[in-house]
Amino acid sequence: MIIADRKPLDQIKEMLAPYKRVCVLGCGTCVTVCMAGGQKEAEELAALIRIQRKQDQQDAVVEAFTIERQCEFEFIDQVLDRLKEFDVVLSLACGVGLQTMVEHVPDLLVLPGLNTKAMGYPVEQGVWVERCLGCGDCVLHLTQGICPITRCAKSLLNGPCGGSAEGKCEISKDTDCAWHLIHDRLVKLGRLSVLAEIQPPKDWSSSHHGGPRTIVREDVKLDRGE
Amino acid sequence: MIAGSKLEKVIASGQFAVTGELGPPKSADITQLKHHAHEMRNHVEAYNLTDNQTAIVRTSSIACGAVLIQMGLEPVIQMTVRDRNRICLQSDLLGAVALGVKNVLCLSGDHQKFGNEPGAKGVFDIDSMQLIQTLKNMRDQGKFIGGEELEHPLEKIFIGAVANPFADPFEYRVDRLEKKINAGVNFIQTQCIFDIERFKKWMEMVRERGLHKKVAILGGVTPIKSLGAAKYMKNNVSGITIPDEIITRLQGAEKKKEEGLKICIETIQQLKEIEGVAGVHVMAIAWEEVVPEIVERAGLYPRPAL
Repeated sequence: MIIADRKPLDQIKEMLAPYKRVCVLGCGTCVTVCMAGGQKEAEELAALIRIQRKQDQQDAVVEAFTIERQCEFEFIDQVLDRLKEFDVVLSLACGVGLQTMVEHVPDLLVLPGLNTKAMGYPVEQGVWVERCLGCGDCVLHLTQGICPITRCAKSLLNGPCGGSAEGKCEISKDTDCAWHLIHDRLVKLGRLSVLAEIQPPKDWSSSHHGGPRTIVREDVKLDRGE
Repeated sequence: MIAGSKLEKVIASGQFAVTGELGPPKSADITQLKHHAHEMRNHVEAYNLTDNQTAIVRTSSIACGAVLIQMGLEPVIQMTVRDRNRICLQSDLLGAVALGVKNVLCLSGDHQKFGNEPGAKGVFDIDSMQLIQTLKNMRDQGKFIGGEELEHPLEKIFIGAVANPFADPFEYRVDRLEKKINAGVNFIQTQCIFDIERFKKWMEMVRERGLHKKVAILGGVTPIKSLGAAKYMKNNVSGITIPDEIITRLQGAEKKKEEGLKICIETIQQLKEIEGVAGVHVMAIAWEEVVPEIVERAGLYPRPAL
């Protein structure tokens, strides 16, 4: 899932300062699961903004509600009339959700309430780890399910660098060395020979380095009028 | 003979090679670097010029290398893959060769978080293994990574890389050396050796596979100036292991600097006895003036006349 984290309250306060009618819009999918932008967080944030406005003796109407996904037009459409009653929408979706709203409803003023962090999963309550960078050309078959592009701080493709010590990455003792993990897994599976093959330079054009990506699936695409 | 550099010639002659290391400054004033280079000119075959080491912005290694060449000295240009993509790395290699560089050393580079620009975007377009292969292909096949041909064959270069027998997983470190050999490396300089027992074990595994016959291995040494420096390196420098015995020995010594020198010289003397070690790489960063003394006391002076 996409993992996000709420922006600092001071930054949110500053962004919202010019607006009287504020909608805090939660998103019901990824950010709900990672407890950053669901209905609960939207309500909490709305309450905080109300308190802050009261303290500053500023009039404000602050409401919170949530749609299933801000990254799909049909869910946005369901609340469109309601959204238009506000001066600004503080989106608690990831960067994708926010931009979908803006592209779908250009008249709407939408500001980010979250910092979008990563694609990953929760290893325990309150701890999420990044596991995919969306490079567009998956190598997990070579590394037996551990991504060196994402989990190696240098995205190396040919084994651990000289900074790997006791299973940890040189950047932090809290970060596992991805290549140490891959090495041990390959040993366990009897496939260490894979590591002896020199992987050629990666074609990064399939990643963001090739420019923003558009994925077209002719097989599922609907022709106009269909 | 591949490139015919002084370093390669000494190695090829079967004599124990000595290389030094110079760290370019955080300014464009390279007076000090030139001074250090001059001071050890009769004691080393060539000088590594570090490439923004520990991710700190410094004068370009190629620029400093060009100055050394003007002085009649021989640089080993370090190239990390941290700050440059394949376009820039290949371009800089062409530039370095055009300036007369004959030795190039390929590294990953310390992560940018360690330096003075921790917010920098790390490039890592290719890795050090791929850089070795790239240089080899440019040199031997006249081809760029993308497959296009160089307009004119490249002057030959002596390709180096690093090995860190003190990094983990230990058992993989010999595999990695072999992989670098397969990628096309001609010489290896190792990370600073303080744990000589571990180094000996690594060399034993290297010899078992006959790898010492396929690549020239130069053992890395660093003289420790003070107890503080030893502790700092032990705890803060990525890729370096300092055994407790070294710390204890320095703690007990009255003259720390002399003890640090002694440890370094003893290490070199031990390296000379290890089958398959082709030379020593002396990294006396911020203590360059001591290199001639180390080389002399280790019995490596005078250097071979070519």
